[in-house]
Amino acid sequence: MAKVEKCSCGNDDEGLLERLEEIIISFKEKPGALIPVLQATQSLFGFIPQEAILKISEILNEPLSKVYGVITFYSFFSLKPRGKYLIRVCLGTACYVQGANEILTALKQQLSIEIGETSPDKLFTLDVGRCFGACGLAPIIMVNDDVHQWVKPSDVKKIISSYKKQKEVNKEEAI
Amino acid sequence: MDINKYMHVLKNAEDLTTLCDTLLKSKEYNSEKIYICAGGGCIASGSMKVKDAFVSQLSNAKLDGTLEIMETGCLGPCAIGPVVVIGKDDTFYQKVRAQDVKEIVEQHLIGGKIIENLLHPVDEQKVSKKSELPFFKNQDKQVLRNCGKINPTKIADYIACGGYKALSKVLTSMSSEQVVQEVTVSGLRGRGGAGFPTGTKWNFARKSQDTEKYILCNADEGDPGAFMDRSILEGDPHSIIEGMAIGAFAIGSSTGYVYVRAEYPLAIERLQIAIDQAQEFGLIGKNIFGTGFNFDLEIRKGSGAFVCGEETALITSIEGNRGEPRPRPPFPAEKGLWNKPTVLNNVETFSNIPLLINKGGAQFAEIGTEKSKGTKIFALAGTVKISGLVEVPVGTPLRKLVYDIGGGISTNKKYKAAQIGGPSGGCIPAEHLDVPLDYESLNKLGAIMGSGGLIVMDESSCMVDVARFFLEFVQDESCGKCVPCREGTARMKQIVDRICEGKGEMKDIDELEKLASTVTNASLCGLGQTAPNPVLSTLRHFKEEYIEHIRDKKCRTAVCKDLIVFEILDKCNGCQACKKVCPVEAIHGEKKQAHIINTELCIRCGLCLSTCKFEAIVKY
Ligand SMILES: Cc1cc2nc3c(=O)[nH]c(=O)nc-3n(C[C@H](O)[C@H](O)[C@H](O)COP(=O)(O)O)c2cc1C
Ligand code: FES
Repeated sequence: MAKVEKCSCGNDDEGLLERLEEIIISFKEKPGALIPVLQATQSLFGFIPQEAILKISEILNEPLSKVYGVITFYSFFSLKPRGKYLIRVCLGTACYVQGANEILTALKQQLSIEIGETSPDKLFTLDVGRCFGACGLAPIIMVNDDVHQWVKPSDVKKIISSYKKQKEVNKEEAI
Repeated sequence: MDINKYMHVLKNAEDLTTLCDTLLKSKEYNSEKIYICAGGGCIASGSMKVKDAFVSQLSNAKLDGTLEIMETGCLGPCAIGPVVVIGKDDTFYQKVRAQDVKEIVEQHLIGGKIIENLLHPVDEQKVSKKSELPFFKNQDKQVLRNCGKINPTKIADYIACGGYKALSKVLTSMSSEQVVQEVTVSGLRGRGGAGFPTGTKWNFARKSQDTEKYILCNADEGDPGAFMDRSILEGDPHSIIEGMAIGAFAIGSSTGYVYVRAEYPLAIERLQIAIDQAQEFGLIGKNIFGTGFNFDLEIRKGSGAFVCGEETALITSIEGNRGEPRPRPPFPAEKGLWNKPTVLNNVETFSNIPLLINKGGAQFAEIGTEKSKGTKIFALAGTVKISGLVEVPVGTPLRKLVYDIGGGISTNKKYKAAQIGGPSGGCIPAEHLDVPLDYESLNKLGAIMGSGGLIVMDESSCMVDVARFFLEFVQDESCGKCVPCREGTARMKQIVDRICEGKGEMKDIDELEKLASTVTNASLCGLGQTAPNPVLSTLRHFKEEYIEHIRDKKCRTAVCKDLIVFEILDKCNGCQACKKVCPVEAIHGEKKQAHIINTELCIRCGLCLSTCKFEAIVKY
């Protein structure tokens, strides 16, 4: 049965928000706690929901404007929910000179989305990265934590469908 | 087998010596080994599957009691991974797949016969020994001494190789002044890019009377195309911890942070394991070796902002703020983290410290050039045959790196340039291939040593486009705090964009040079101050390419889209494949007759070129 969606991330946010509160409190006494707390929030929800920002501001006693300012400064924090798979195309120097731009174009075409957007089925978010330190295997794309190396524009279709399949398998297992 | 079982809390320096002797004599340490690279690159290429295959094949062959599998840090040649080294005869196997393992075990380990087709070919010949391969033979691995030899997740491995001896020496027999003196004598210069003398930096902080001081390790490694620090963090994390503890003692600090970029999850994981182990066995924490010296170390993760590699921005970020740089002075050595005296060094700099203390400063200084001592690690990438991680004495000629170690250009085109120093650096053209890689010589050519990223480009790279690439990078990553960097780089990018689009004018070149000097002189931090370098260096060495773009509206490499022309040759057989894929219906022609592209309509997407099976379409 479908769950009643309570928060924009589609998760049961009550449990997660409670968990977040525990995390914030555990960091509270540490100097410079704001960023580690935001990192924990990002990995807990997959993005930083409004409810979380309010809670963080309240418990850490930091003005909302500062919390928001920090979130928007760093590219790892996202205010919008992301797809199940975050595809990041490396646009570092090594990847760039080995044709990363063509891979990006192929991905945009294949997914019909632009950088920073999420596909309508909420499966893929497309983003770019600035070097993942795997330059010896350039060009690189990362899908969540998986590295795909020596990628050619013609490989893109196969890579995407392998994740689509994975999703199907997961669904079957869940049933 | 596990030599970790010999580990116990080390109460004093003698404990360490005894432990090291025990480990060296242990059966486990002396057993024959198979080294499997578990560096980030080889893992991506599938080395963990190879390891699993070895585990099961060795057990099948009943060899698991005599042979030990060692998962090591990066061995270097990432491009030909997964790599495996057979310890007993130093055989080096490349591109090993799980299905090759059975053969290795049966034929080589049992039968004594080397598997030819897994060897790395050198000039058509197969060389089996790792030590005889040009890639390894031409290097001098000092800082990377343990990478590829030890398991980075086992502290016992590090100790057996003499780890933490330098810390014990420092804590039990040297004063902080002597440590700083030794570092000064060694001539070690910071490996994070600017090459500031480490001894001088430490001395500033040591002299401060403040009782609260901090030591920070910069593991932000933001230069795109660089992965030296990543490999040390993943391959020999204890050397960083030991170096930082020594630094802390030298300046009088008891707290350290390592700021690691979030893009390196494996590095963070391995460093955390190493910190936990060092703590467990009393090598960091309270009263180390019973000397009363305390040192606590914590990891702080970055969140994806290049500017946070700059020292004051990094400090601001650890404090929990937007990572914007502060004006200097005051320098961090005076007012750094939480306004306390702070020393910040790069990963590789810290990794050099135990080596330097063990050898002594004077002996350390025997390697390198007159003004730059020791070795430097480079991340060799781009169109070079063996891209990967290499370490050579400072002052080694670029040619040796690209050709002797890297095996030359990987494509059938010629060397065009090597980009060194990332967004703050420049390009070295072919006529300067013999430049010695040291701070001064590179500066003279308008490049910088930087942190060690070295991207080789062949003739298919457009140098104007490379300049545009870096401008886009700094534009994206500029924190926006100061106007010259934020607006100046945007303006420069507009001009270069225009040139790439074929809309440039000759006066644009002067304009670029003028803007570059304003941005260099007026920016707040190093990001802006060095941002024009890629433009200036390509203008200096490849001006004719700018002129071609502007005057002839031509990009000789056919990289700049707006200047490309696609043409169908007479040999076209009219299969219509290109006509079908063209998204703007710019291709015309009857079936079985040569087609034509209407250049007015063509959007230069290149689909026709990649679709044609008969090589009947060219771009120029
Ligand atoms: C924009 C910018 C980015 C930087 N990124 C790094 C980096 O990723 N890693 C690093 O070690 N140093 C980086 N630096 C240099 C640091 O500011 C600092 O000089 C260095 O970490 C000091 O260590 P060292 O003396 O051991 O070289 C950067 C500097 C600038 C201006
Ligand atoms: S440049 Fe792409 S991984 Fe480094």
